[in-house]
Amino acid sequence: MHTISDHPALSRLFRMQWEEAQGLYVLLYPEGMVKLSQSAAEILKRCDGRRTVSAIVDELEYAFQCGGLRGDIEAFLRVAGERGWVM
Amino acid sequence: MNAPTFMPSITPPLWLLAELTYRCPLHCPFCYNPVGYANDRTELTTEQWFDVMRQARQLGAAQLGFSGGEPLLRDDLEELVGEGRRLGFYTNLITSGIGLTEARLARMKELGLDHIQLSFQDSTREMNDFLSSTKTFDLKARVAKLIRQYDYPMVLNVVLHRFNLDHVERIIDMALEMGVDYLELANTQYYGWALINRAQLMPTQAQLVRAESVVNAARARIGNRMRILFVVPDYFEQRPKACMNGWGSVFLGIAPDGTALPCHAARTLPGIDFPNVRDTSVEAIWYASDAFSRYRGDAWMKDPCRTCPDKDKDFGGCRCQALAMTGDAANADPVCAKSPRHGDVQAIVMHAHREQAAHATQTTQEAPVWQPAQRIVFRSDANSHKAGVP
Repeated sequence: MHTISDHPALSRLFRMQWEEAQGLYVLLYPEGMVKLSQSAAEILKRCDGRRTVSAIVDELEYAFQCGGLRGDIEAFLRVAGERGWVM
Repeated sequence: MNAPTFMPSITPPLWLLAELTYRCPLHCPFCYNPVGYANDRTELTTEQWFDVMRQARQLGAAQLGFSGGEPLLRDDLEELVGEGRRLGFYTNLITSGIGLTEARLARMKELGLDHIQLSFQDSTREMNDFLSSTKTFDLKARVAKLIRQYDYPMVLNVVLHRFNLDHVERIIDMALEMGVDYLELANTQYYGWALINRAQLMPTQAQLVRAESVVNAARARIGNRMRILFVVPDYFEQRPKACMNGWGSVFLGIAPDGTALPCHAARTLPGIDFPNVRDTSVEAIWYASDAFSRYRGDAWMKDPCRTCPDKDKDFGGCRCQALAMTGDAANADPVCAKSPRHGDVQAIVMHAHREQAAHATQTTQEAPVWQPAQRIVFRSDANSHKAGVP
């Protein structure tokens, strides 16, 4: 299973941006594109190589006024790591 | 009037490929450019390209590829890259590397070029230079270093065929040494010049099996450090490729003269009047032109595609291949085992092998194994003029 980095950072191969025409965030990479769900985008926005996973969890739980997000966030970061989106 | 038939909703174009020029310093015999490219030298101006890019971006296109020919032969490439990035595109430069000086690399980095795809013909100087009909191996190797130095994401693209499939292991090692992020091993697709040279380029099943097992072993060894994409040679498949992810579905190609194409090879299809961005808006081209509507969705399909459970997966394969081999672009791509003409594909492969074998018995042992006695038609202006029609 993929291990999560302490300070996840978006890979230099990917660029995240808002696409007005589609009304969503996307990850752009050489000749390809991944459409992101809102929650995926909120997590990836915070993967800047400085924040720790715990800091990301705290921020999102505060922003969305709910608890117990750690499991989901870690699961997403594992998948994102496997796919090479975050390092 | 008939009741309106169900029209699938048309998705916006996502991938704008700007084929800036058909001019190219290389002469690769597997080039997919039209064989008659030299008969029409018209190229859009900088302003016209700006306009196309703006329109496509407004419709929702997010990927922009600069290709050719060799896009570096356009002196305004930097301007086009800058404008593409300013509009919010992810900008891809698809190049042979010839003409990519450090000054140009640095300038395009400043302007926001996102990624460079560099093509190599082989891992050896001899084969690279033979296949491109130039002496460019060392130059390309220097360019690869510079791309790395400027920290561009780098895709290395190598077109595979009979003459280099056995070098896949060395090609992978070369890519690793260069610090490549993605290695695209693309088995030859037979369009344009590659179609003319098909009998020469056709690999054997044994070569393909070996190459694929080398790739799989390398993937297991390398992991995420470098991703390897192996584009399967569709003549050896039982199901067709999902060509362009469906006609008029994501891909919008613009030829040097402004002709809008649903795939690179679409100009070979007869009876379609392809629209041009010089006189038609990109929106009208994408949503309303006959050319882009012709094979969109599945209303045009015949059996076996019409009733096939996989029709939404592979879209009946490639229209150009269906035309070239069955005479009707609306037939199933004969690569599909369900096509009544599938036997023709197998016959083409067998015939190519027979020709190659007949030739092999005539060569002396001293002759380099890659030196074909049969004539390879290199892509050149002279050969293009000889071919006549574009």
